[in-house]
Amino acid sequence: MNIFDPFLIEALINGILLGGVFALPVLGLNLVFGVVDVVWLCYAELVMVGMYIVWYLYNQMGWPLWMAFAVCLPCLAVLGVLLHVLVVRPLLTAPPINQVLATGGVLFVLQGGATLVFSTEFRSLGVDMPPMEVWEVFISGTKLSAFIAALVGAALLWLFLKYTYVGTAIRAIARDREVMPLMGVDPRRIYLIASAIGGSLAGLAACLLLVQLDVHPFVGLSFGPITFMICVMGGLGNMLGGFLAAFLMGVIISVGGFWGTTEWSYVFAFLFFIIMMFVRPRGLFAR
Amino acid sequence: MNKILPSILVLALLAGLPLLSLPEYLLHLLITAFLLGLACTGWAMMGRFGQVSFGHGAFTGIGAYGMAMMWNLYGVSPWIGIPISVVLAAAAGALLGWPCFRLRVVGHYFALVTLAAGEIVRIFVTAAREITGGSLGMTPHLAPEAAFSAMQFSKSGFWWITLGAWAIGILVWHLQNRSMSAQALSAISEDEDAAASIGIRVAWEKLKVTVVSAALAALAGALMAQYRLYLNPETSAGLGISLQIVFGAIAGGMYGPLGPTIGALFTIGLEEVLRVFFGTGLIGAAPLIYGLLLVLFVLFMPRGLMGLFESRRHLGPGKSSSTKTPQRVGT
Repeated sequence: MNIFDPFLIEALINGILLGGVFALPVLGLNLVFGVVDVVWLCYAELVMVGMYIVWYLYNQMGWPLWMAFAVCLPCLAVLGVLLHVLVVRPLLTAPPINQVLATGGVLFVLQGGATLVFSTEFRSLGVDMPPMEVWEVFISGTKLSAFIAALVGAALLWLFLKYTYVGTAIRAIARDREVMPLMGVDPRRIYLIASAIGGSLAGLAACLLLVQLDVHPFVGLSFGPITFMICVMGGLGNMLGGFLAAFLMGVIISVGGFWGTTEWSYVFAFLFFIIMMFVRPRGLFAR
Repeated sequence: MNKILPSILVLALLAGLPLLSLPEYLLHLLITAFLLGLACTGWAMMGRFGQVSFGHGAFTGIGAYGMAMMWNLYGVSPWIGIPISVVLAAAAGALLGWPCFRLRVVGHYFALVTLAAGEIVRIFVTAAREITGGSLGMTPHLAPEAAFSAMQFSKSGFWWITLGAWAIGILVWHLQNRSMSAQALSAISEDEDAAASIGIRVAWEKLKVTVVSAALAALAGALMAQYRLYLNPETSAGLGISLQIVFGAIAGGMYGPLGPTIGALFTIGLEEVLRVFFGTGLIGAAPLIYGLLLVLFVLFMPRGLMGLFESRRHLGPGKSSSTKTPQRVGT
C-alpha cells in the first residue's frame, strides 16, 4: 500500500478539518464543565438551535449570511445563560447525576420544540464554495473555511482566558472552586459568563456546521455523542487536551472511513475511546 | 418475610388480568410498561448508588439482537437464545465495568464511557447491515406451526411471560437490597476511599451490581424485541433507549422496589396520552412535554413519584442524606 496515496492524504486532511469543527463544541463543553462542574448533555441540541436560527434568518428572512451568523452567537449566549439560570443553578448542590439528567431533559425539550416549529424535514443552507486542488488532493472550500474559522474562534477564546481579568478568574475557578470566592471572585457571576461563552461557542459551531451539514431536529445525535467522547478523552475540563483529542478523533473517523464505511469508522472511534479510557482514565493529556 | 404472601397475591391478581377480557390495547400497554419497568429496575439497582449509566441501551441491544440473530441465522429457540444473550450482555457489562472500576472511572466519566458503549452497539448494528438489516430493522422469522418454541404468543400469553420476567427483576432487587452488597455499595457511593479502607472490595462490589443490572436490561430488551417481533437499532439500542430507561427510574423513584416500574407505567402512559392527544398533527409536542417533565422531576421531585408516599427512612443516597461533598481525586 502506498502511503502517498492521494486519497489517503485527502482522508487525513479531511480528518484534520473535521477535528477543527469538533473542537469548538468540545471547547465550549469543557469550559462549562471546568468552571460550573456540570455536563451539558444537551450541548449538541444547543448547536442544533443555532443552526436553525442561521437557516431561518438566511433562507427565510433573506438576511445576508454574516448578519445571520452575527445574530446567532448572542442568541446562543442568551440560551446558555437561560439554561444555567433555569436548570443548572437550582441543582448546583444536588448530586451530579441530577444535573446531567436535567440537561438530558432539556435535550428532549429542544428536539421536540424544533420538531414542532420546523418539522422533521432536512433544511440545507445551500451555500457551497468550490474545492481547491493542491497537487492531486482536493480540499473542500467550505470545510477549509470552517476549519479556519474554528481555529480563529479557539484562538480568541485562548486570548480571552489568558489575557483578561475575567479570563484569569475563569481559569482560577476551574482550578479550585473553594478558594476563589475567598479571593474576591463572585462564582455566580463567573458561572454566568462561562455559560454565556459556552453558549456562544455552540453558536459558532452551529454556523460552521451548517455550511456542511443539513439541519434537522435530530442532527444533534449525529455529532453529540462523539463530542462528549472527545471531551472525556482529552480530560473533562482540560481545554488543550480536548482540543488535541478533537483532531485525533477527526483523523481516526476520516481515515477509518477511507478503509471501511463511515459507520465502521465510528464504531472504531468509539472503541478507541473506550480503550483510551482504560489506558488514560483521566484523559489523554492528564497532568 | 411477611411480605411474601401479599406479593404473591398481587402477582396472581396481575396474572389474572387477561381473564377479565381487557381490551388488547390495554394489555399491550401493560406489557410494554412492565418490560420497560424491568429494565428500569435493573438500572435503579446501580443508579441508586450513584453509578449512573447512560449505556443500558447497549445491554438491551445485545439482548435483543443476540436473541434474534440466533433465531434467524441458526434457528435457536428464544427460550435458549434469550438466556444466552442475557449472559452475553452480562459479560459485556463485566468487560466494560471491570476496567472502569479498577481504574476508578467514576461520575461523569463513567456516565460518558457507558454512553459510548451504548452508541457502539447501536452503530455496530447499523453498520453490520448484511446480517442485522441496519437501520431498516429486522423481524424474527415467524413460525406459526411452532409458536411455543419460537416464543410467539398471543398478547395474554406474552403478558404472563412479561410478568414472570418482571417478578424475577423485583426478586433480584429485593435480594440485593437485603444483602451486604447493598450496604457496601451505599458506603461506596458516599466515599470510595473510606469504603475501601474498611475492607470493602470496591471494584468487585460495583462489578457484581453492574453485571446483574446489565442482565436484567438485556432480558427486558430481548423480551421487548420478541414481543414486538421487530428490532431496530434506534429503538433497541443506543442513547434514546438508555435515556428512556433512566427517565423511567427517575420519574418513579429509584429508592424503592416498585418505583422504577411505577415510573415505566408513567412514561408509557404519558407517551400514549400525548400521542392520542396530539396525534400526528403536532409531532414533537410529546418529547417536548416529556423532556419538560423530566426537568421538573429532577428539579422538584428528585425522589420520583414514589417519593410522594415514602417516609424519610431509606437506603442509599437520596436528596436528604447526600449533598455534594467536595472530593479530591489524586494528589
